Amino acid sequence: MGDVTVNVNNESKKKRSQLHDVWRRFRKSPIAMTGLCVVVFMVLVALFADVIAPSDGRNPGYDIHNLGNRFQAPNAEHIMGTDEFGRDIFARVVHGSRVSLLVGFIVVTFSMTLGVIVGAIAGFFGKVAENILMRFIDVLLSIPPILLAISIAAAMRPGMMSIVLAVGIGALPLYARVMRASVLTVKEQEFIEAAYSIGASKFRIIRKHVLPNCIAPIIVQATMGLAYAILWAAALSFLGIGIQPPTPEWGAMLSEGRMYIRDHWHMVMFPGMAIAIMIFALNMMGDGLRDAFDPRLKK
Amino acid sequence: MSNTLLEVKNLKKYFKTTKGMLHAVDDISFTINRGETLGLVGESGCGKSTTGRVVLRLLESTAGEVLFGGADVLAFNKKELRRFRENAQIVFQDPFASLNPRMTVAEIIGEPLVINKKTSNRADLYKRVIKLMDTVGLASRFENSYPHELDGGRRQRIGIARALALNPSFIVQDEPVSALDVSIQAQILNLMDELQKEFKLTYLFISHDLGVIKHVSKNIAVMYLGKIVEMSDYSSIFKNPLHPYTKALLSAIPIPRVDKKRERIILEGDVPNPIEPPPGCRFYGRCFCRKDICKDTDPELKQVSETRFVACHVAT
Repeated sequence: MGDVTVNVNNESKKKRSQLHDVWRRFRKSPIAMTGLCVVVFMVLVALFADVIAPSDGRNPGYDIHNLGNRFQAPNAEHIMGTDEFGRDIFARVVHGSRVSLLVGFIVVTFSMTLGVIVGAIAGFFGKVAENILMRFIDVLLSIPPILLAISIAAAMRPGMMSIVLAVGIGALPLYARVMRASVLTVKEQEFIEAAYSIGASKFRIIRKHVLPNCIAPIIVQATMGLAYAILWAAALSFLGIGIQPPTPEWGAMLSEGRMYIRDHWHMVMFPGMAIAIMIFALNMMGDGLRDAFDPRLKK
Repeated sequence: MSNTLLEVKNLKKYFKTTKGMLHAVDDISFTINRGETLGLVGESGCGKSTTGRVVLRLLESTAGEVLFGGADVLAFNKKELRRFRENAQIVFQDPFASLNPRMTVAEIIGEPLVINKKTSNRADLYKRVIKLMDTVGLASRFENSYPHELDGGRRQRIGIARALALNPSFIVQDEPVSALDVSIQAQILNLMDELQKEFKLTYLFISHDLGVIKHVSKNIAVMYLGKIVEMSDYSSIFKNPLHPYTKALLSAIPIPRVDKKRERIILEGDVPNPIEPPPGCRFYGRCFCRKDICKDTDPELKQVSETRFVACHVAT
């Protein structure tokens, strides 16, 4: 018996793991790849901000005042011009990427971790746990993020922490809902029953069998969530309840430039462009990821 | 030591639905001796898979008793249940759905050993996984493959290896071949046969395919809508079915010859709704030899000879 039937699946030789498959589909989409390249470029800029815009020995690169050089339009020396203190806007935009990305990553990590835990517990255990947790999530959803941010900033000192809390709490329900939905479908599958039959504990089943099969939508959500977090962080800083000067933050820079917008367009133009490009790139990447994770969209 | 490994007494499993109680398994009893196979056959939705799951306590029963080697399975606490599951395993119907797509073949087969702390180091685990793969006829080069890379037959072998990992004495085979190609079915059935002899396994073999059941089991129980209607050794049930439902079922097996045609009994109507079924014989509405008594009185499963049981007012 045994080898009588030859059943070689030729296609199977090519693919290794599912993630490999996802990457292969992702690579095929020019839009997604453009997004990824821009994001990687932004991350590199953030990492090497001190090299691109070095300090003068006394002040950090973004805070070198030169009042004789105020309000310069873009020129060879200051390619994005200077602001009302004569600071180089290019240097500030470059350093600003650090703040924006850092805030984005912290917010995503914070809201994703909590959201995944809440969603997984609610979806897996159901009944009372689900009711309590999901109603709590509904309460969070019903609070306008701006209002929440203002109250948190009022209660604490405005700054990085208040942004992270405000935007993080605002984003948490999205992760929890996405997670709960995928846990609900995964937990009904037969391999979960198989895990019970070999004596696996509930904790092990969640960790080893449920979570790994739910990550795809969460990864997509996190990419989109990064864009959302950066945008909201900029908005809060624009309103003055986020990152405080002199720390360069794109939203805060917009806010400063707002007063001079009639005469010195470059002060809002460049930080605004930075925000737009970053969000656009992240969304393109997120779209591509979502398509790549869904094999049904295979062309 | 008694020869009986599994004894099921008056087992019931009802599901609560919005329309009422669904009687999935309704008062069934059977025994399986060590090293033997009981084939449980019936059409879709008759409760045969539910029976298998309740016996292993993957579902909690509504009433009844399950004795495994004399111990009451339904009364086991967490620790005892864990030990019981080392002894009683299950092979699932769908080899696509029953394997975690994110785990490699070796991880899936090794998981029971890791969970039950049967091995202390990686080298030993690896050795045992490779041995298990060899036992079920899987080449060791597949150890790092993912389930979706393999065909149905190989996937089902993974499922079997996982069930064997803890050296069980009893395996519920929940339609293990119905999702496979016919050519692969034979391979898997032969493998199960060999394993049964080698490891002295006891099977509860669930299937809707009488041809498959005939191949694997000495004893057969026919289920209809949550009840066992006939239970017998296989030679007499095929030669001389007693219950009208069994007769109809057997007449549906195709004969692979052109010149021979079996006289088919075509049943009329549909299977009645298992939600709050009326009293009387479950088969009453479709039976071709019903009597008045069948309408109101549910026939009990009665012994008619040493190895035969039937639940029918007419047949006995």
